[in-house]
Parts: sequence; C-alpha cells; structure tokens
Amino acid sequence: MGKRFGETWAVRAVSLSIRVGEFYTFLGPSGCGKTTLLRMIAGFAAPDEGSVWLDGEVVNALPPWKRDVGMVFQSYAIWPHMTVFENVAFGLRERRVSRADIERQVGEALRMVNLEGMEGRRPSQLSGGQQQRVALARTLVVQPRVLLLDEPLSNLDARLRAQMRIELLKLQRDLGITTIYVTHDQEEALALSTRIAVMSAGSVIQEGTPREIYEAPRERFVAEFVGASNLLGGAVRQATGDTLTVTTDLGVEVRAARPSAAAPEGGRILLTVRPEAMDLLPPGEPADHRNRLEGRVVASAFQGAAIQYEVEVSETLLRASVTNPKGKRLFQRGDLVAVVFAPEDVGIVPEEPRAESREPSVVRSGQD
Amino acid sequence: MAGLLLLLTLFILYPLLRVLFVAVSDGQGLTLRYLLNFFDRPLFREALVNSLGAGGLAVAFGSLLGVPLAYFSVRYQFRGKLVLQTLGVLPLVIPPFVGAVALQLILGRSGMVNLLLLRWFGTSVPFMEGLTGVILVQTLHYFPFIMLNTAVSLANIDPSLEEMAQNLGSHGWRLFRRVTLPLMLPGYVAGCLLTFIRVIDDLGTPLMLNYTKLLAPQAYLRITTIGIDDVDGYVVCVILVVLSLVSLWAARKYLGLSEYATVQRGTTGAEIGRPIRGMKLAVVLLISAGMLGISLLPHLGILVLSLSRIWSFSLLPTIYTLGNYEEILFRTPHFVKNTLLYALLAAGVDIVLGAIIAWLLLRGRVFGRNLLDAIATMPLAIPGVVLAVGYLRVFHGWDVPGLGGPLTGSWVILVIAYAMRRLPYTVRASYAALQQIHVSLEEAAQNLGANQVRTFWKVTFPLMVGGLVAGGLISFMTSAVELSSTIMLVPRIEMGPIAYGIYVYMQSAVGRGPGAALGVVAILLVGLCTYLTNRIFAGRSGSAFRV
Repeated sequence: MGKRFGETWAVRAVSLSIRVGEFYTFLGPSGCGKTTLLRMIAGFAAPDEGSVWLDGEVVNALPPWKRDVGMVFQSYAIWPHMTVFENVAFGLRERRVSRADIERQVGEALRMVNLEGMEGRRPSQLSGGQQQRVALARTLVVQPRVLLLDEPLSNLDARLRAQMRIELLKLQRDLGITTIYVTHDQEEALALSTRIAVMSAGSVIQEGTPREIYEAPRERFVAEFVGASNLLGGAVRQATGDTLTVTTDLGVEVRAARPSAAAPEGGRILLTVRPEAMDLLPPGEPADHRNRLEGRVVASAFQGAAIQYEVEVSETLLRASVTNPKGKRLFQRGDLVAVVFAPEDVGIVPEEPRAESREPSVVRSGQD
Repeated sequence: MAGLLLLLTLFILYPLLRVLFVAVSDGQGLTLRYLLNFFDRPLFREALVNSLGAGGLAVAFGSLLGVPLAYFSVRYQFRGKLVLQTLGVLPLVIPPFVGAVALQLILGRSGMVNLLLLRWFGTSVPFMEGLTGVILVQTLHYFPFIMLNTAVSLANIDPSLEEMAQNLGSHGWRLFRRVTLPLMLPGYVAGCLLTFIRVIDDLGTPLMLNYTKLLAPQAYLRITTIGIDDVDGYVVCVILVVLSLVSLWAARKYLGLSEYATVQRGTTGAEIGRPIRGMKLAVVLLISAGMLGISLLPHLGILVLSLSRIWSFSLLPTIYTLGNYEEILFRTPHFVKNTLLYALLAAGVDIVLGAIIAWLLLRGRVFGRNLLDAIATMPLAIPGVVLAVGYLRVFHGWDVPGLGGPLTGSWVILVIAYAMRRLPYTVRASYAALQQIHVSLEEAAQNLGANQVRTFWKVTFPLMVGGLVAGGLISFMTSAVELSSTIMLVPRIEMGPIAYGIYVYMQSAVGRGPGAALGVVAILLVGLCTYLTNRIFAGRSGSAFRV
C-alpha cells in the first residue's frame, strides 16, 4: 500500500500479511507512517496505492462504519457526554442489539477490563488508566474482526504502562483476537508482539518475531532503534565456514559467528554488539575464545540490576551493561579493562541501508 | 484594592442596589407590594411575555441561520468559505437600532419589498410592524453570536471522538445526533443565552420601530415620561436584572458542567474541513449566500439611505447627494467628536482598571478577591437602562465640586456608564492574557533582581499588552454605539454621541439622511475595531463576541 500527503509519501510500498490471531506491531519513530497505515486499515484514510484485504476480500470501498475493525485511539476518544455504560453500549446500539443483551454484554466487557461497578461514572471521573480500559471494552464488546491499537499506552505513567502491558497481553492471548498494534516503544513491541514490522520513513525496514528483530537486526536502523547497540565499522578479512573475521576501525580483529548477511572478503560492514552481551574483565585476565577489546572506563553507573559502563577503546566509546552484578567487581572511572564478548553475540549489518529502503520518498508507480 | 472596590461599588453595585431598594420600599419600610403589583398590570404582563417571546424567537430564528452556517464553515472546505466567515460577522458591526431604520426602508410598510409586492400582487406583508419587526431586526443582528459560539465548539471537537463512532458503525445523521450534536451543545447554548440577554436588554430597536410593549422601553418610558420617582419604572428594572442574571447564571452553570468539548484535543487537521463538490457544494453555497444576503440587507439599506436626499414611496432614492455627510461632518460634528472622546476615555479607563483587576485576581493574595470578581462581572447582567436609572437616582441631586453641578449634568456620566458597562470585557481579556503568562516568568525576573514594579513593566505588561489592547478595542467599539443608557443619560443634545445623534435625527423625515450617514460612520468605526481585534487575536475570528 501507499499513501501520499502532497508530494511526500507517508506510507510507501508496504506489503504485509497478518495472520488470524496474531499480535502484530508496527514499530517506528514518530512520523514513520505507522499510524497512517493503521488508519488506512480502519478506513479513515484512503490508500493512494494498493488495497486492504480482510478475510480474502478487498475492503477499500467500505466506509469505516462497515469495516468491522475495532480501533482504540491514542487519545482514547471516550465520549465525555456519555457515561461509561453508554460509551461501551454505543457499538451494540448501532448494531441494533436488544436491550437485555446490551446490558449483559456491556457488563461482561467491563468485567473483562476490571471496571465492574463503574457503569454510571462520567469519563471526567475516571483516571487515565480507567479511560484506557473503557476504550478497550468499548471496542472489544462488538467483537470486531481485527483490533487496532494506536499507541494505547503512551498517555499512561510508567508504572501503569507496565501493568496495562501485561493485562493487554493476557487479554489478547485469551481472546485470540487478531490485533494490530502501533507503538514507538520498542520494549512494548518486544513484550507484546508475535511479529513486528520495524518502520522508518514510510517503509517497513524489517519484519520478524521479537527475537529476530532484537537478536538479528538486518539493518543499522533496526539495530539502533530496537534496543541499544554498539556499532563497529570494519572490513571483512576472512570468511570461513560459520565464522567471519573482521578488521575493525579500532585496529583490532573481531570474530562474528553468524555470517547471515552476505559479506564478501574485503567488503565493508558494520558489527553490532548489544551492551548486555559485553562483559568487563581486569586487563590481564584471559578471555577464552571470546573477542577482546582493551580500553579505559570513562563512566560507571550502578543501577541495581546491572552496571552501566562507558569504555573508551581507541577513541571510540562502547557501552557495556554488566547484568546480575552481585559479587562482580565494580570498575571505576579511569580503570584499565578488557571488554569481552562472544562471536555468537556479534551481528552484521550493511554499512549503508539496503537499496530498497534507502530512498523511501521516491515515487514508484505500478506497485501492486 | 480598597479604593478599587469603593469605585466599583459606587458606580456598579450601589446604583443597582438603589434601584432595587426603591422597588421594594415605600414610605414606611420594605414591601413586596410594588413587585407583586407588576404582575397585576396587563401592560406589564404583556411586556414581560413579549420580551421573553422576543428573546426566545430571536434565539430560535438565529439558530436556524447560525447553526447551518457554523457547520458549513467548520466542516466543509470550499471556495468562498473565507467570504462566508468574514461576512458572517458583519451583522455585528451594525448597531441594531441603525439596522432597524435600514430594514424599515427595505421591508417596511412603504419599503422596497412591499412596494414591489403591491405593484405585482396588490398586497403587502407587515414584516416590520410591531413585535415582528423587533424580532426580525434582532435576529439578523444577533445570530452571529450563535454562529460564532457554535463554530468554536464544533471546531474544538476532537476528530477521534467522531472517528471512534464511525469505527463502531455509526455514520450520517445518527453520528451527528449521538456524538457531534451533544459535543457542540455548550457553545451553542452559550451563544443562545448571550443572544437572549442582549435581546431583552435592547432598548434602541423597539424605540426606533416605535414598539413599546417590551420591558426595556417600558422602564425607559416610565422614568422619562412619568418621572424619576415613579416606582413602577424601578420595578420593571428589577425584573430586567433578574432575567439577565438568571440567563447569565444558567450560561455559567451549563458551561461549567460541560467544559468537556475542549478537554481532549486530537492532532489531525479537522479544522480544514471536508472538501465538497457538485450538488452538495451548490446547496451549501446557495444556503450560505441566501442567509448572508438577508443578513447584510441592513448594511446596504443604510448606505443607500445615507447617500439619498429623498427616498420615500419609491424603490430606490430619487435624488442622490453627499449632503448628509456634509451635515454630520461640518454642521453637527459634535456627534462624531463626542463619540471618539467618550469611547476613548471609557476604553482607557477600562484598560487600566481591567489590567489591575486581572492582576489582583490572578496574582494578588488580598482579601476580597471574590467580591471584586463578582462586582466586575456584574455589568454583563445589568441592562443599560437599569444602570442609567440607577445613576440618575444616585447622582441626580448631588453636586460634585469642580463640575458646578451634579454628575448627571455633565458628559462625564456617559464616560462612567460606558466604562462600567464594558469593564467585564477588558477584565476578561486581561485575565486571559495574564493567565497565559506563567508565574515563573515573573519569578525569574525577580530572582535576577527586578522588584515587583520593574517586573510588571519589563515582563508582565509587555506580555499582556495584546490582550489589553484587544479588550480596549472591544470596549471602545461597543461604547461607540451604546444607546440603552446613553439615551437616558445625555444631559444636553450637543453632548450626545453618534448613537444619540442617530436617534434624534431619525425622529424626523428630513433627518433620516444625516442619521443614516452617522450610522455609516458607526459601522465603519465598529468594523475597523473588529478587524483590529481579530488581527490581535490572530485570526480567531469573532473572539470578541464569545461568552
């Protein structure tokens, strides 16, 4: 699908298929087109290219009120002039459900989101989290074919967000409803999704399960956007079997165990290493078969569950997160250390974005 | 603070209380006899019913004009929308009593339309006779209040509230009835109540149309013809105040209950509206053009009249002239001069008082803030006639040193009346402006060594000056065309402002031309101020006319 605002493509050449029962997430920074994509599925925006298929049927011509895809808005869009009950009952009334059934179904929906007894409340009397639940109940009660969630947790405070995340997860898995979720929060995406599409500038950069996205980013953008990554430029010196030896710009050789990306000998690539994959050792200690970079601690912060370090290696800053630090040595600023990490923890991405996603705003006609 | 309270009490609260007191007391003590008498008098009962009816009908007809125009201008995108929005405010720039004269010429017994009807069908329609005429004039003048307030409410509805309803299967008329309509009600109701208060308050229109069976003219006639001691006049005043107070209280109450329209605000550009074309566009344009055409008739009429020497029993004037302008600019220039003087002074007083009161209300921690707020808001609910009656009562036999007579014998009383009546506008404008200025901006200045006075001059004042000027402009232009209290308080004819001049000129057939010319001057003054106000309010058109 594609959608253009003026000369700019908000969504361009995106082609996805989402399976029944999936929890599928569009993940990307603001302005990457994820909400536009969602609105095209809901029917609030008409695609300039391509089609939306729902259960094997093109729904492009259907107006929003006939699509039967439930949406939860970022602002919740709770109608302030109706009570909680009236809000949740709205969709059922539009569907001409009998009065008794409305009572029963609204009651069930509110129980499902832990809001029983709140029927008579006005939206202004509800907290942000409760409004969120009303919005969810209101959409779920009509049992839509697809549930669309537009950054539903972004207006909640951190504690509530964590709690709602778990509840949302349980609810979706219990109901088995096909869900499309839009967020810029990578933690949310990783925690909730069965699959994720990482988006940037209107295009999908990488699609995969949370583990694939996190552990094997195929693009620099994904490596940087999803979790923190150390990026090391270098040239491939040797590619043998399942090991790749790279001469990094730090002057040190680093071995990578998964040459998933095509990497010809002599070609330039970027190595990605997660901070939590790194460990710090005193300078003399042996690193076994692991990669080893010598450097000096610039900053160290004890955070309870982990110690965050910044280590300067040949004028490049590396971030290391030593997890489960109990009993481990706490290095101080100025200490000489060895940063070590296993070849299995080294990922490879091209130095430049792949051709297909490099210029996402070029108009390409004839898609689909 | 104490001085300020004293000033406001003297010129707002005390006159009002005196009016009330006269109405409920006889020689011996307090009594409800006069108030109850009011309901036994057929004429007063009829005036009350007529006033309520005129208010209700003006609101009803105003809604028919205002709501569709508001909906078109917010929800649809089409060429000419800007024209619609601009022209929609124009009825407000013509003082209603001026509009009354113009409509007489077009729709009156021997006006243009009826002459045509007579010629073609041998019959005529009494558009302008009695109460019908009053309601017609007031509807055409006040419907923009309803339109503007409705439009703002409509534009403030978060688009996702409507999209959600569509998502759940609602559309078209059901969507409008269940979601859009309830959400735009606060603005609409506010506009209606504002219109209602103004209509009941309006003295000029009924006097111009020579229809007196309404509350405001009854109060006026009682006091001016029977005398300052006629208790019945005061009783009518009390009824007027009660009606206004109840309406204002209802508006506040309702708005307080339903502030929700602006609570949530989406991001999608719903203000731009939906593009329309074809039949729908044609219908929208036709309706808009028709409605605006009617509402701009008074402007046209008054302009033509001001350029005519003779215009009676003919479709259009038979002889055109610029003599009317010569008359008002060279032979009787005092009307225009007085207006500028009085209105400028009143606006100046309002700006100073408004800024001080707003500052005290928001930043001051002095005792009596609520009282100050209450008294400063009160003029919104005091009809001009009532305030004037109060002034006459209080200041009549009271010689002020330096003036060589009572306050009511000097033009100063007009300035005071204008300043007090329009004070709520500058207070509210300054209050809004000051509210935008976070107190930390002032604290930062004080932290860096500026004392309170310098902080006010260097930081607070420059930041709120826009609001002050806007409030002052509103005060200026509404004072410039004030008639309700003017007509009772003008000491001598040469001290009268434009509004009074128009009223006097219009009493005679030969004076209608110069009167109309004065009307054109008034329209230009108000139009210019409206334009400037909108510029300052950065295009939020009509901010000046909202509750």
